[in-house]
Amino acid sequence: MTDTTTTQTAPKRSFLGQMELDLRLLGMIGAFIAICLIFQFLTGSGGFFERLADGRFLTPRNIFNLTIQTVSVGIMATGMVFVIVTRHIDLSVGSILATCSALMAMTQTMYLPDWLNLGLGHAATPWVAILVGLVAGTLIGAFHGWLIGYLTIPAFIVTLGGLLIWRNVGWFITNGQTIGPLDSTFQSFGGINGTLGETWSWVVGVLATAIAVGAIWSARRSKLHHGFPVKPVWAETAVSAIVAGGILGLVAMVNAYQIPTPRLERMFDARGEVMPEGFSAGYGLPFSVLLLIAVAVVMTIIAQRTRLGRYIFATGGNPDAAELSGINTRLLTVKIFAIMGALCALAAVVASARLTNHSNDIGTLDELRVIAAAVIGGTALSGGLGTIYGAILGALIMQSLQSGMAMVGVDSPLQNIVVGAVLVAAVLIDIIYRKRLGVR
Amino acid sequence: MDRTGTPLVELRDISIAFGGVKAVDHVSIDLYPGEVVGLLGHNGAGKSTLIKILSGAYHKDSGQILIEGKEAHISSPRDARRYNIETIYQTLALADNLNAPANLFLGRELTTPLGFVDDSRMEAETRKIMARLNPNFQKIKEPVSALSGGQRQSVAIARAVYFNAKILIMDEPTAALGVHETKMVADLIQELKKQGLGIFLISHDTREMLELCDRVSVMKNGQLVGTERVEDVTEDDILSMIILGKNPKAAA
Repeated sequence: MTDTTTTQTAPKRSFLGQMELDLRLLGMIGAFIAICLIFQFLTGSGGFFERLADGRFLTPRNIFNLTIQTVSVGIMATGMVFVIVTRHIDLSVGSILATCSALMAMTQTMYLPDWLNLGLGHAATPWVAILVGLVAGTLIGAFHGWLIGYLTIPAFIVTLGGLLIWRNVGWFITNGQTIGPLDSTFQSFGGINGTLGETWSWVVGVLATAIAVGAIWSARRSKLHHGFPVKPVWAETAVSAIVAGGILGLVAMVNAYQIPTPRLERMFDARGEVMPEGFSAGYGLPFSVLLLIAVAVVMTIIAQRTRLGRYIFATGGNPDAAELSGINTRLLTVKIFAIMGALCALAAVVASARLTNHSNDIGTLDELRVIAAAVIGGTALSGGLGTIYGAILGALIMQSLQSGMAMVGVDSPLQNIVVGAVLVAAVLIDIIYRKRLGVR
Repeated sequence: MDRTGTPLVELRDISIAFGGVKAVDHVSIDLYPGEVVGLLGHNGAGKSTLIKILSGAYHKDSGQILIEGKEAHISSPRDARRYNIETIYQTLALADNLNAPANLFLGRELTTPLGFVDDSRMEAETRKIMARLNPNFQKIKEPVSALSGGQRQSVAIARAVYFNAKILIMDEPTAALGVHETKMVADLIQELKKQGLGIFLISHDTREMLELCDRVSVMKNGQLVGTERVEDVTEDDILSMIILGKNPKAAA
């Protein structure tokens, strides 16, 4: 009798359980979809279904804007995951962004033209500027990391000082002036001024789908090869279909956002051609979004497949154990903050390119948005837990809340009150969820 | 027990102080291949500190460490691992958020030719060694925070055994374990002895020490009270060394 019962205890698993999807990820996607539908409903008019059909939130134009507005914070949030996972914090990211942006703007408009006699619009200008920004961001971050790791000053203090220092270093460099317009190639990293066009967007979308689906199935093959349990074929197929649908759906959306006719005419004029009657074209994927995706892929690979990532999570889980295992945790701290600084520089490229100039207040309060994105995305301040995709989803959720409320016409103070409340509520839900699961 | 050749480890005249406190005060002990030497003493006697100098977690203020007769310079856990010294800490030193393979290979990950961590191979190796050490161990993929004390202990032991240690340091290996798991550790120590490893064992349990060890060294207030072969002393002798800090045999 007892024997028969033990043989039957093979775990019965639910529909979602068999898909082996991360419940936290599902929750975040669910929250995002809910936010989208609510604002779609609120921005529409008429009856229930009419509202869902003709709301202004889920239009190609708004989706396009939402993605390009998320990029800057999203890029920095991936770095903040590593910082928070190792039980540190970085309050200076918005200020580092400002210093890098100021340096890059000055490089384009002053240093290169005046000191090196490279005129405005020289082919090398944007690339030299970006390089200068990346080097500066990495060095600032590494310096913070050295203060924290080797001189053992708490990260909170170092980066609180950095918040004041780098904000005003940026001011000092530019004398407080707004610097612009920036180089036109440089501007193409901002979003609307640099997109792939419809055809190439489809090419990228199909390639990305092929890679993502291929990765799912090759992981399955590798598991089978080592004789590990795998989920059923239908579950793999379903996950693959959802991933493909998501990628191709996004491409369809940004392709459907039409470039205005006067702008198209100007583009034809610039090439010395005349626009054919009735010609139309969609924007397609912005370069900045591609940059965010590239950053996300690289950071995920670092987190999951490299020793650096393994050490980051081990140190976050138990710093003493990491130290005793021979990991150089001080150097690790320098590396983490250097990565954070480099990502601030990349975010600075996107942010200043989107505004087409450098202004003094660029990136103000970004440190709070970035930390909030990482935390909403499931990164635990107690260390050791966090994902890159979660942080980007967190950034997207925050941005859609904010633009949605702006579209509906919620007053500015109320917007911030709601965002603050959502941050606290998200963490509360996470705590309850972890307690239920018995995870720390 | 043959103690005529070169000792595997010789700690000579080791001292370390924290602030004004002499945690270890001119202590010398040695360890031969295939031998288990037990370190006994009250809390704060300096056993763990002494052993952490050998495992690279602390830096000695003075003294010498000889490994197989040659002076060894150990200034980090990484150095200690280079001399094939493995340590099982009282706190187990596991990263709770990572699974067993990630902990077992922490700091020494197996990598693919491209330099990425090879999780499948590490998982397969973990399954192999666990099948030998603790056949009941199933939760390979779960974070070690989800494991019982005994299972966590077997991860810590597997980590020390997997990398072909010559010198093994065990700091209270059975403190958190049940009867069955304690037996498992005792069997393992016997097996490793046969393979010619030298083992330093730290414990509070005097009776257990007399069963497992070949020699015991007793410390009090940072100083070495004495080192005796277990066949030469009784449990009472050991207890009086621990409590009074005097070696009854030396006094006789």
